[in-house]
Amino acid sequence: MKYGMEMAVAILIVAFVGMFLAQDAAIQAAGEEAWEGADDAAADLIEASGYEPWIDPLWEPPSGEIESLLFALQAAIGAITIGYVFGYWQGGRKAT
Amino acid sequence: MHIMEGFLPSPWWEIWFLVSLPFIIIGIYQLNRLVREKREALPLLAVAGAFIFVFSSLKLPSFNGSCSHPTGTGLGAILFGPCIAGVLGLIVLVFQAAFLAHGGITTLGANVFSMGIAGPAVAYLIYRVGTRVGAGTYAVVFVAATLADLATYVVTSIQLALAFPGTAGFVGAFSAFATVFAVTQIPLAIIEGAVIALVFKYIVQLKPEILTRLNLLSESAIRRLREAAV
Repeated sequence: MKYGMEMAVAILIVAFVGMFLAQDAAIQAAGEEAWEGADDAAADLIEASGYEPWIDPLWEPPSGEIESLLFALQAAIGAITIGYVFGYWQGGRKAT
Repeated sequence: MHIMEGFLPSPWWEIWFLVSLPFIIIGIYQLNRLVREKREALPLLAVAGAFIFVFSSLKLPSFNGSCSHPTGTGLGAILFGPCIAGVLGLIVLVFQAAFLAHGGITTLGANVFSMGIAGPAVAYLIYRVGTRVGAGTYAVVFVAATLADLATYVVTSIQLALAFPGTAGFVGAFSAFATVFAVTQIPLAIIEGAVIALVFKYIVQLKPEILTRLNLLSESAIRRLREAAV
């Protein structure tokens, strides 16, 4: 099959989204809060034992929006690099 | 995700810096040699680094109601080995620690070890052994990248359990942290492995000569892969 791998990846992603939607519906129905970061959950676990972090980050994104901006920027830097290189290779093959 | 700033007490954060340091030094040395001797591999190095940037910025929901992000280090590890992957991981971790308060400067050593070195070492070994015993190349890449992602979070759990054994002892603490980190990671690791296997296929299609130059695949293996067209 020519696009077998593409299809397998697409099916995996669809299954992943379906799993999220089903789980989210169940959590909403139970009226619970969810989808926080696993690192926050681990931090809660550690702080429950009475430990206090001995140093704070030098700088923190002042809001969730600024944090999203920086995460999106990080993804964009990566994505444009990948796109550029694969495009460059593809163009080079076409030219020869 | 990474261990947050201030969440590793002394002496653990110093220990993990010392453990990571030799790998990073070897990685920088290997990078220098790569730049001198195999310049045509540089775009591929950029792609490997870029994948870590993209994947570690995507916080994805998992089936247990929390979010985590994949690592993207498997590709760099397979292509260039765990030491160079460690240097790439270091760059991303510094970015996230400095600008995002994600991870931290004092926990950098521990995070570089789990994400940049331990996970990639797993990917590298699986790829080398898997292709030698003749397993399907893309399947090996998938397994290698998936387990690299999982191993990263298992190591993070070990690091935290060593520092915070609590009353439950190391094993009890490890299973508590692994429940938070590694279990969350399972579906994300599978997606990551699948996407990296797909990218590997595109590299085989577009630039197979780099893979032979890096001694990853023989020319006959590449010819077989390209003819199979999966």
